[in-house]
Order: sequence, then structure tokens, then C-alpha cells
Amino acid sequence: MLAEFLALTLPPMLIATLASLVCALPGNVLLLRRQAMLGDAMSHVVLPGIVAAFLLTGSASGPVMLGGALAAAALSALMIEAIRRTTRADPVAAMGVTFTTLFATGVLLLEVSGASAVHLDVEHALYGNLEGLIWLDGTGWAALADPAALAGLPVELPALAAALAAMALAFALIWRPLVIATFDEGFAASLGIPTRLISAGLTGLTALAAVSAFAAVGSILTIAMLICPPAAARLLTDSLPRQVVLSLVIAAASAILGTLAAGYLPPALGLGFTVSAAGSIATLSGLFLGLAATFGPRRHAPGHPAGRRSGPSV
Amino acid sequence: MAPADSATPLPEIALALSGLSVAYGGMPVVEAATARFPAGSMTAIIGPNGAGKSTLLKAALGLVPALAGEVRAFGQPVARALPRIAYVPQRAAVDWDFPARVIDVVQMGLYRQTGPLGRLTPDLRARAEQSLADLGMADFAQRQIGALSGGQQQRVFLARALAQQGDLIVLDEPFAGVDAATEAAIIAVLHGLRARGRTVIAVHHDLSTVPAYFDRVLLLNRRVIAEGPTSTTFHRDRVAEAYGNQLLTAIPA
Repeated sequence: MLAEFLALTLPPMLIATLASLVCALPGNVLLLRRQAMLGDAMSHVVLPGIVAAFLLTGSASGPVMLGGALAAAALSALMIEAIRRTTRADPVAAMGVTFTTLFATGVLLLEVSGASAVHLDVEHALYGNLEGLIWLDGTGWAALADPAALAGLPVELPALAAALAAMALAFALIWRPLVIATFDEGFAASLGIPTRLISAGLTGLTALAAVSAFAAVGSILTIAMLICPPAAARLLTDSLPRQVVLSLVIAAASAILGTLAAGYLPPALGLGFTVSAAGSIATLSGLFLGLAATFGPRRHAPGHPAGRRSGPSV
Repeated sequence: MAPADSATPLPEIALALSGLSVAYGGMPVVEAATARFPAGSMTAIIGPNGAGKSTLLKAALGLVPALAGEVRAFGQPVARALPRIAYVPQRAAVDWDFPARVIDVVQMGLYRQTGPLGRLTPDLRARAEQSLADLGMADFAQRQIGALSGGQQQRVFLARALAQQGDLIVLDEPFAGVDAATEAAIIAVLHGLRARGRTVIAVHHDLSTVPAYFDRVLLLNRRVIAEGPTSTTFHRDRVAEAYGNQLLTAIPA
């Protein structure tokens, strides 16, 4: 039982937790900027980025995948801007057509190329591969102190720990100007804050989060990790620091409980199968959001008449 | 532009625009605006809706790109002089549902002092609290910004600008949708700033209060119609020209 937990449950659980923490951080800011759609876009465009990077280099290592995803993110930003300018389409519409087109291209690339021969296949790209991230050397508590056994941990684990450290460091460094630019962009610019650079940086960090979550929950469910925990936390508090902390707690709870529920709940109910951990995590995230929306103290938050965001006045 | 100015010795110019033009999506919004704002003056920018008043301010501060023209503040390119300028955007330009307390917003005005990582020293905290007190908002420091009335929101914005201790304060419609008490509090603070040699420029809508509040006016309708001391510039024919003869009866003689 212990060996089974250490080998089959603990690694996916830790990986899912790290991935959801990495996602929740930028998610808080995307939510406040009303750019949740950007998170959705990034989580989709990482797929063609990762596939193209693999086809070009033959490598599926973390830095290569991240580089491909960032390149795809930059390309998608250019495409969105080009579509917006040439067709005068709504920015959200431009974003929607861009990321679905790039995502579909990624799926086709994946199918026609040899990439599917490695661990990149369409199903995993869509729904993640949490259950496959196992630790065969995790045979008992002793393995946790055995360097040889620890070396057999899935590579995603240290990679996600590094991504989380990088994400936390980046947010610590830019937090103050990021908050000012998010609340009042014009004022931020008058303070000399490079608001365009900050926006681009946030897009880059969102891409980093999307790449990180890709291994765990795949493209489609990443948006749940990016947005549900911060959105639930937003409904529970009016303090931004508390919102961030709560979002991390909800993200971790969704990941841990989701992984456990997927593996243990159906058997405990006498059912002869298990369900997808990624699906359980995303469902739990949505459930937490629903609970916060139903019972949270801010559910009747009055939108002050002057509080609405209006377009630029001329 | 105004002949009366060239006869007297020129005071220091807080802000000077020359030939400033701005377009949004190919549509000209401000055309070749030239204007000077002397240090220690208080200027109303007035003109009809769509005249480009907000855009003129934003372009003057470099917040939106200009097609052409030059802006100097205190004799320097405006980008270099920005640390001496406090900008108060339109209240409606931000989302007041943002998770922040009143004091958090005012402390944003201290960013030049703290930078991204610097500590808020006790002196800086006191400065933010004093700025709130100057606008009669001391008791609201811990209040959620979403719980404020429109007038209180505007006071918070002005308190944030006071905390910046700028020499030039640029305000976009500071009296839009505020109560009479707030308007009186704001104008008292602005007149106090002027008395201490600071320069104030505000987009203003209520023509009836222009002579009482402002010593200079700039009439704008995409281009500068007139600019100068209120007593010599704020006349019915000029204002009518700026407003395209829409508002003749609303203008004090």
C-alpha cells in the first residue's frame, strides 16, 4: 500500500500541486486584468510551440519546450495584433481565432510527424499524462533518502519545482509595478513604469505556466488551473495579498484532493476503475469556484456605478 | 500665441507644447497644438466632447504616442521631467472593484521613492497619510476602494497625486460627477498648491466656474482655439468658436 502510494500516487500528486501553484500566480493578475482569455490562448498555443520545437531539435527537454512555447506565444501575439489591425475585429475574437488555429495546427503537426512516437501524442497533449508520471524506485520510505532512487523520480518534478521558483521570484521582483500597472495603466506609465514590457512579461510568465501545466494536465485543462483558484479566492476576500495566498491554497487543495479522489474514490465506492486525475483536479477547481460564488462573502459585491471600466475617453 | 505674454518677462514655463498632433487609427484627434503653461499658474482646458482634451494631456505626458510635435516640461524633454509631474487620470479609467484599500492607492504615488523593491519608510507612510488628511479622507485609509462614493474616489486620486509632491499636477476631469463638498475640497487643495508655486492643469467641463477656479484657460477643439489668462481669453466669441456655437447661452458674458 505504501509502496503503491509512493510509486504511483505521490509523484503525480506533487507534480499536479506544483503545476497548479505555478499557474495560480499569474492567474491572479490575469483575472484582475480581465485577461483570462490570454491564459486560455497561451495554454493552447504552447502545443504547436512544443511540437515545432521538438521537430526542429529532436529534443523534448524542458528548456527546448519552453523556448518553443515562448516563440509560439510571441507569434500568436503578433498574429492577434495583425488580425485586429487588418480586420478591426474585437481583440477577443482575434485571440480566439488565433489560438484555435494555432492549436489545430499543432494537433495536425503532431499527427503527421514522428513526434507521436515519443511521449507526445494527441491525447496526452490534450488531457495531460499525470498517471504516467510514476516513480518505480519509490518502494518504501527509505527510497526518499536514497539518491539512486530519487534519481528515478520523473524529470517533470524538478523541472516544475524550478518553474515554481522562477515564477515566484519573477512575481516578487515585479509585484509592485505590476499591481500599479494593473490598477491604473496610464498612471503607471506616468511613473515611468514600462507598462508594455510588464504586459509582455506577464504574457511570458503565463506561457511559462502553460508549459509547466502542459505535462500535468494538458492544454485543455490548463485554463482551470490558471483561472479557477484565483477566481474563487477573489470571491473570498477584498485584500490582494490574501487573494494570492488563498488562490495558492485552493490550487494545492484541488491538485492534492483531485489526484487522491481520482485514484482512490472509485475503488472505495466499489467501482472497478479509476478516473483521470487531470479531470478530477479541473472539476474540483470548478467546484471550489462554485462554492466560493455561492457562499463567498463577496458574492453580492456591489458594482459601483462609477466603478465600471470605460473605454479611453478622447 | 497670446500677445500679452510676450510683452511681460516670461516666467518659467512648466509645460510647453509645440505642434503636438495625435491620431487614433488614422483619425486626427489633436492637430498641431501649441501652448505654454507658466509655472505657478492654474489652467483649465475646455472644449466640447471629443475635442481631444484628455488625449492632449496624455500625449503631453508621453502616455499616448504623438504623430508630431515636441513637449518640454521645466525646460527638459517631458520624459526626463516626469518625476516632477503628478498625473491624475479620469476616475472612470480604472476598475474601482480592484482589491485594494484607500491607503494602498495613495501609496502608489510613492513609487518613485520606493521603486519596485524599496521599503515604505515611516516618513513615506506619514506622507501618504498626510495627503489623505489634506483631502479630509484620513478616516478612510483602511476602507475598500470599491466602497467609496465617486467624490471620495476622486479625493483618493488627488491624494495620490499629492503624495507624489510634483511641481506640475495634471488632472483629467477632476470634477466629473463629484458632490459639491468634494469639489470645494479639491479646489481648496489645488489653490493651495498654486499658492506654493506649483502648476495645475485640469480638463474642466463646468464653464460657469472657470473664472472663479482658473487663472488661465486653453480652449481646444482638436486645435487650440485660444490660450491665455482667463480675463482676456475666456470670452463668449472664443468659447463659441471652440464649441461650434452650441452653447452660447451657457457661457457667462
